[in-house]
Amino acid sequence: MDDLTAKLAADLEGGFPSLVESAGPGLYWGLRRLCSDHQEAEDLTQETFIRAYRALSGFDRSRFEELRLSPWLWTIALNLGRNHLRNRSRRPTLVEIHDHGRNDEEPPDTAAWDARFSALPTSQRRAVVLRHVVGMGITEIAEVTGRPEGTVKADIHRGLERLRKVMEQEK
Amino acid sequence: MSIESRLSGLVSGLPDGISEGVALGTGLADGYDLYTSPVGEVVVTFNIEGVSSVDLAGAGFEDRFAERHGRRLFRAAPPSAWGKHIPEAMEAGTPGRLPVDLRARTPFQARVLRIAASIPKGEVRPYGWLAREADRPGAARAVGSTMARNPIPLIIPCHRVVRSDGHLGEYSLGGPHNKWELLTHEGVEPARLEELADHHVRVQGDPATGVYCHPTCHVIRGTDQWNVVDFSSTAKARAEGFHPCDQCRPGW
Repeated sequence: MDDLTAKLAADLEGGFPSLVESAGPGLYWGLRRLCSDHQEAEDLTQETFIRAYRALSGFDRSRFEELRLSPWLWTIALNLGRNHLRNRSRRPTLVEIHDHGRNDEEPPDTAAWDARFSALPTSQRRAVVLRHVVGMGITEIAEVTGRPEGTVKADIHRGLERLRKVMEQEK
Repeated sequence: MSIESRLSGLVSGLPDGISEGVALGTGLADGYDLYTSPVGEVVVTFNIEGVSSVDLAGAGFEDRFAERHGRRLFRAAPPSAWGKHIPEAMEAGTPGRLPVDLRARTPFQARVLRIAASIPKGEVRPYGWLAREADRPGAARAVGSTMARNPIPLIIPCHRVVRSDGHLGEYSLGGPHNKWELLTHEGVEPARLEELADHHVRVQGDPATGVYCHPTCHVIRGTDQWNVVDFSSTAKARAEGFHPCDQCRPGW
């Protein structure tokens, strides 16, 4: 078990904020590249962690020992994403934070990347994002997406080609 | 710069609000919002179960909440499914359709609080009545301490619960003067209640119907006050041939 998983196993309530802090940025920005929408990426990130917390509450020692946090979180997130697309109108019940002093400034090229990724077919987009934005290994991507490793590699290759082309056209 | 390294730089900070939303959604924190009440601005806190507490706004309420409930607080809009019922529940002085989070109470405490929530606006009941309604007639003291620690005053109207001798008694939300204020706002005359208590009046009877009531019951208040008869105990009322009101159930 890595340090964070051990912390969660020992004290879920106490350790969970650390999980959100360490896995949250990768999850949000990965989802953001997949759906090109702040609100949707935010909802999916929150819902993924909420589901994860409920699931972890029922884990025993052996489940924690088998747990690999990042692929597990992404499995939850991608499942939610599929259902989310199906029920786009249904919004999560909790909870809209008041935007007090909210920092609305996004990194400067966020909108440009939203547009670039929109040019990729879903499977290529997903493979490229998980590999190069999130930094996940090929084996894990294959596991999380339920596709053969060879297909994942081909998707990454073609996806990168496509992105290069789109960016060249911008010039 | 290669496209791969540009992509790997696309993860930046977590946008504001997400970790708070997660903390609220998992139950690791509660949300709060501010409302106006007859006793001034109040903080109403809530989570996925429902409204969890009401406290006076002002310095220190976040620390008090953490101490009492063991959770953090974030300012947030209440869940859209029932958030709109908060102002009407505060005005009515009863939860109505608003869910309340009483998980930290014992079953007896939760039952007593729910019975307290059934006391009509503009009426009061003594601790002993609550104990009897909760099927624990000897537990008036336990009822008193449950009211003193009511986490959701105003919405669960512990201000409508008075001492067994009829005096107004203590009030947890800022002290007894706020109880006085709230009851006055509801049309109860606290000075009249204190006077009745001073004269040891526990129940009042209407000779026209032969029914005796708690002095604030709408049944007895709806009769001609000149004819009302005062009694210092239910036994004395019964000895005069009166029987208990089926609305306020003053007991035998």
